[in-house]
Amino acid sequence: MARRAKGASEINAGSMADIAFLLLIFFLVTTTMDVDTGLARKLPPMPEEEIEQDDSQIKAKNIYVVLINSNNQLLVENEFLDISQLRAGAKTFINNNGRDPESSDNPQKAIISLQNDRGTSYETYIQVQNELAAAYRELRDASSMKKFGLMYSDLSKRQQKEVRKEYPQKISEAEPKNIGK
Amino acid sequence: MSKFKKDNNKDTPGISTASLPDIVFMLLFFFMVTTVMRETTIMVKQSLPQASEIQKLEKKSLVSYIYIGSPVERMQTTYGTKARIQLNDAFATVDDIPQYITAERAARDEKEVPFMTTSIKVDKDTKMGIVTDVKQELRKANALKINYSTRKAVQ
Repeated sequence: MARRAKGASEINAGSMADIAFLLLIFFLVTTTMDVDTGLARKLPPMPEEEIEQDDSQIKAKNIYVVLINSNNQLLVENEFLDISQLRAGAKTFINNNGRDPESSDNPQKAIISLQNDRGTSYETYIQVQNELAAAYRELRDASSMKKFGLMYSDLSKRQQKEVRKEYPQKISEAEPKNIGK
Repeated sequence: MSKFKKDNNKDTPGISTASLPDIVFMLLFFFMVTTVMRETTIMVKQSLPQASEIQKLEKKSLVSYIYIGSPVERMQTTYGTKARIQLNDAFATVDDIPQYITAERAARDEKEVPFMTTSIKVDKDTKMGIVTDVKQELRKANALKINYSTRKAVQ
């Protein structure tokens, strides 16, 4: 009774910091700052009508054919190739500049044609896409190093466009085949 | 002179911790606001493949997700082990994709529609067949900007 007469005493706020810290640590731990990353690609628009595309104007030597079968094996330009050699192979092809008459005329004309089976595993497909992207990235880096003394990713938008014009990334994906299930 | 001397002789006062709770609360609110609790329960296996040539996915509000993979273990009794597509919170078929894209577009501002990206999160053990079907549907729906979700390869 005597206590009440004293009047309401103030709540001790000394432990407020501890409580707040506890909550803070909880949110710190649960927060995942993971940014979604991935390979960005652009799909070709659907053709207006189902017409056979005329590829005849593209010389066969300018096309680098990469086939992946349902056993995840690669057939590149009619030869077996291990995935580890694909990057080097693609680079030589793109940067041929007419040295080898059987290979591409110049990087602007070079096209990589990728075709996979329905039974190909997604992991292999991504690896192939990654190797091809890496081939282009390395070529662009080399070119921008020579021209501007910087890596491609450090260039300004305009400079990047210039390098991109020199090495356009042309990866064409054919309609999938269904051979081995 | 004596005025200054007096000051120097004074004991240095302890740092006041009275504003500490305020600072901590500020941090707390920051983390509370930035924390995103996962809205969708993922019902398919998601062990993403690794790649080195990755790009960050910008503007999360403009991204729609398509998950593909075989159902997680506790779902396998009901749905089997065959790879399936998950849109939002439910399993779907390839035919549901155009509808999903339309719904996603309708939820966004009209002028943001061209910048919309579809992130395809595929389990690495999936066969390409179903992925190809999804890609064809996306082409038909004219959702051409895609992103194959991958993790950064550890060198």
